[in-house]
Amino acid sequence: MDLSNLESLQFFYPEFVLAGTILFLIVLDLIVADKRWLAACAFLGCLLSLWATLDLYGSPEGWLFHRMIVLDNFSLFFKVIPLVAALLVIWISFGCREIREIHLGEYYAILLTSSLGMFFMASSSNLLMAYLSLELVSLTSYILTGSLPRNRRSSEAALKYLIYGGVASGTMIYGMSWVFGITGSLDYARISEVLAHAQVNRLSLFIAFVLILAGFGYKVVFVPFHMWSPDVYQGAPTPITAFLSVGSNAAGVAIMIRFFFPAVSRLGDQGNWLFLTGVEWPHFLLFLSMVTMTVGNLCALNQQNVKRLLAYSGIAHAGYILMGLVVLNNEGLKAMLLYIVVYLIMNVGAFLVVVIVANATGREDIEGYRGLAWRGAAIPAVCMAIFLFSLTGLPPLAGFVGKFFLFAAAIREEFYFLAVVAIINSVISLYYYAGIVKTMFMDQPNPADQKVDMSANESALLGVLSSLTVVFGVYWGPLVRYTSESLRFFLK
Amino acid sequence: MTDHVLTYMTFFPLAGMGVVLLLPRERHDLIRWVSALFTLPPLLLAVWLYGHFDPTKPGLQFIEKFRWIPDYNIAYFVGVDGLSISMVLLTALLCFLCIFASWGIDKAVKGYFALFLLLDTGMMGVFVALDFFLFYIFWELMLLPMYFLIGIWGGPRREYAAIKFFLYTLLGSVLMLLAILALYFSSEPYTFDMTVLIAQNTKYGTAALPFWPFDRLGWGFQHVVWMALFIGFAIKIPAFPFHTWLPDAHVEAPTAISVILAGVLLKMGTYGIMRINFPMLPAATAELAYYFLAALGTWNIIYGALCAMAQTDFKKLVAYSSVSHMGYVMLGMASFTSQGINGAVLQMFNHGTITGMLFLMVGVIYDRAHHREVDGFGGLAAVMPVYTGVSALALFASMGLPGLSGFISEVLVLLGAWQKYPILTVLGASGVVLTAGYFLWTIQRVFLGPVNEKYKTLPEINGRELFTLVPLGIIVIILGVYPNAILDLLRSSLDELNRTVIPYLS
Repeated sequence: MDLSNLESLQFFYPEFVLAGTILFLIVLDLIVADKRWLAACAFLGCLLSLWATLDLYGSPEGWLFHRMIVLDNFSLFFKVIPLVAALLVIWISFGCREIREIHLGEYYAILLTSSLGMFFMASSSNLLMAYLSLELVSLTSYILTGSLPRNRRSSEAALKYLIYGGVASGTMIYGMSWVFGITGSLDYARISEVLAHAQVNRLSLFIAFVLILAGFGYKVVFVPFHMWSPDVYQGAPTPITAFLSVGSNAAGVAIMIRFFFPAVSRLGDQGNWLFLTGVEWPHFLLFLSMVTMTVGNLCALNQQNVKRLLAYSGIAHAGYILMGLVVLNNEGLKAMLLYIVVYLIMNVGAFLVVVIVANATGREDIEGYRGLAWRGAAIPAVCMAIFLFSLTGLPPLAGFVGKFFLFAAAIREEFYFLAVVAIINSVISLYYYAGIVKTMFMDQPNPADQKVDMSANESALLGVLSSLTVVFGVYWGPLVRYTSESLRFFLK
Repeated sequence: MTDHVLTYMTFFPLAGMGVVLLLPRERHDLIRWVSALFTLPPLLLAVWLYGHFDPTKPGLQFIEKFRWIPDYNIAYFVGVDGLSISMVLLTALLCFLCIFASWGIDKAVKGYFALFLLLDTGMMGVFVALDFFLFYIFWELMLLPMYFLIGIWGGPRREYAAIKFFLYTLLGSVLMLLAILALYFSSEPYTFDMTVLIAQNTKYGTAALPFWPFDRLGWGFQHVVWMALFIGFAIKIPAFPFHTWLPDAHVEAPTAISVILAGVLLKMGTYGIMRINFPMLPAATAELAYYFLAALGTWNIIYGALCAMAQTDFKKLVAYSSVSHMGYVMLGMASFTSQGINGAVLQMFNHGTITGMLFLMVGVIYDRAHHREVDGFGGLAAVMPVYTGVSALALFASMGLPGLSGFISEVLVLLGAWQKYPILTVLGASGVVLTAGYFLWTIQRVFLGPVNEKYKTLPEINGRELFTLVPLGIIVIILGVYPNAILDLLRSSLDELNRTVIPYLS
């Protein structure tokens, strides 16, 4: 199915709803005095868009807008993820004290614009589209990061983010120009065709791919493109940190899978992808994965700020996710998708607890969590423990299932060394996650520490996320089936 | 009811945890009694199981199997054979008694008992699970409550001890996870079912691994998997050199948790080796366990005993005696003789009861004197005669006095081991002398001699404490006279296990 501009519109309504909501939010901001309406409106818009996205399941797959973007289960999956992330973040923002000073009209409008950019990242089937959508997400992320007024850390983070982002996307577009020069096309399907049939210099292609990987790696946060992440995580308002940590990461994974698999590899008959034979690409990725998880975990060991610690742990998790790419088969990709869902739940949960604590005490350092369980906040403390142990990968929690499938993919293809490095990293990560748990439960609170309590909507969300973490840890059959279904690309 | 007896035994405590969490926080006594109420049915069912288990059959009994996640061939699959039933009995008994040993906990009582019940479910699950995935879930499920129980309710260095325990065991269990996955992908069709994996045990090859930088030893797939599993289990036993978490964890943990640690958790290591390593990878077992495991066991016996002798903290002394006694288990099972392996499992059971008593009696004196220095007492026999009597029983049983249960199992182990490793057996037997040395010396310093004026008025052991100690004491005496009460359960299953390995021994 290859649709023209007008015909495409019938499969484009999730984006319409979202774009409409963004415009409406800007107008509404000028009219209403009670800014809570903005949150409600943004939430409703996301919900509608989510409903529209789910409604698209089962419709025919194909190219939209003259092969600019593609509609398939894979792109739908990566529309659901940012929408769910945006919904959760709007819910968290509602009671968050930190963002009260921000102009909320812009805040919500830009948040949704960022989600819209992630939609396009997941579904672009043209290098130009991929670049534009990636830039849309980047630009909105810079603004969101710097949105705290009169906060030096926030501004510094935004600037750092901008500079790193500029370098990374410049590198990427240079790599894309190599691909264009080699294959003569920007269209994914056309690139794939040329690569399958024409004799192409492997080395020049390898260089082009490495350059492009720099741009993607900056979004997914690989070493050595990770430098921005700790500062941005710490400087940005916490709900935005949560949004970037899952949404931006997922969109980066989406665009990376879309480019490296359907566009430039060929699907073999056993669910394995034939990619650039003659180039040691798996070993390159293997090295990247091991370095990323190790650097992330080792740097996290000494952090005193919870958001910064979660930034480094996010780098480590990007390393784990990369394991799924190393094996170059569908099992690995499925494991990556599963991990993204699980990571979304547990990471947003952890940031929710950060928001709850910061609302009550204004503190984000680990010392501020001292004796949390004995300060009237036993439930947030227990939930935080659940999220952190899930991030470690302990059963019966969802994080274990995610890691289990990644390890399984690696073991199945006999990447034993990678698996051993990954489990040693899991053990290292236990040390800093358990360090927070220790501070919350085993240290006695200082007499000066405030009591921590939470609002009803926060406790409701906390309950939902923590029970999902446990339920998906014990009964994950449906989740796995959904992610397997989602791994369907429209090729031609 | 009788169809799902193992499920009830496993999940009753978990239901109890749910109930405890619903109770009001300040009703301490209610919480304690409800916890006791929910650990009693598993004990009664264990007694029923003991009566209805058919010891003549070597295979699995009381099997339950449901599809859990069919896409990946994961099942809820439980059952017991001679090896696991003894551990199930031990777990049910110790968990029930430990609820009463925890009566004195008064900090966050609700959290303590909720976690304790969760721990109970995890332990029971490990011993009955026959699906590898299920086994791993239960195995890890124990870690979380244990971490909190040591870390919140423990002694002064509890945080250090808790994280050390957690890191050690997690390292072991993730290695085990890799081994589980490797076995899963070598089976045909892919399965986590332990019985199927055992039935296919000739299939796992010894070819070298790709992408594996350490192939100097000439190890193939089987060897690497065996070692990964073994390290996971050896940390739990704990075998030298992975034992260093044990003295810390045992000393810092509250009394009841020390009992559970020594009585049940340590057994999981040796249980796992016999349940998984031996039958699933017999060729590698024959190559790697023969001599290596026996030597490690002997070293554990002597090293543990020497360390125990040097301790001045009563609880640390008992902890090191555990290291020493678990050495007999390793020596016995590495002999691959009927006496040796039966003796090893009997030793696991006996060590559970005897060490349980030892930790409980240390807890009794610590509650009264608030310290555990062996040299700080003296003449307690005159002050607390009943307590002294019960303690002497435990101490003598631990040092292997004939007529008490420890003697039988140690003799069986040494008899079995003598047939294969005469030198190691002689060395191991010398451990008995060392054990007698440090325990007799302890008795002399704590209970005999002139009465320490400071402790002249210590109250005698009370009814609740006696209630936790006496049942174990009775079992120690009965098994000392009539060991067949347990041995009959074990024999056919363990001989069957031996038969899978013996053909590979060169």
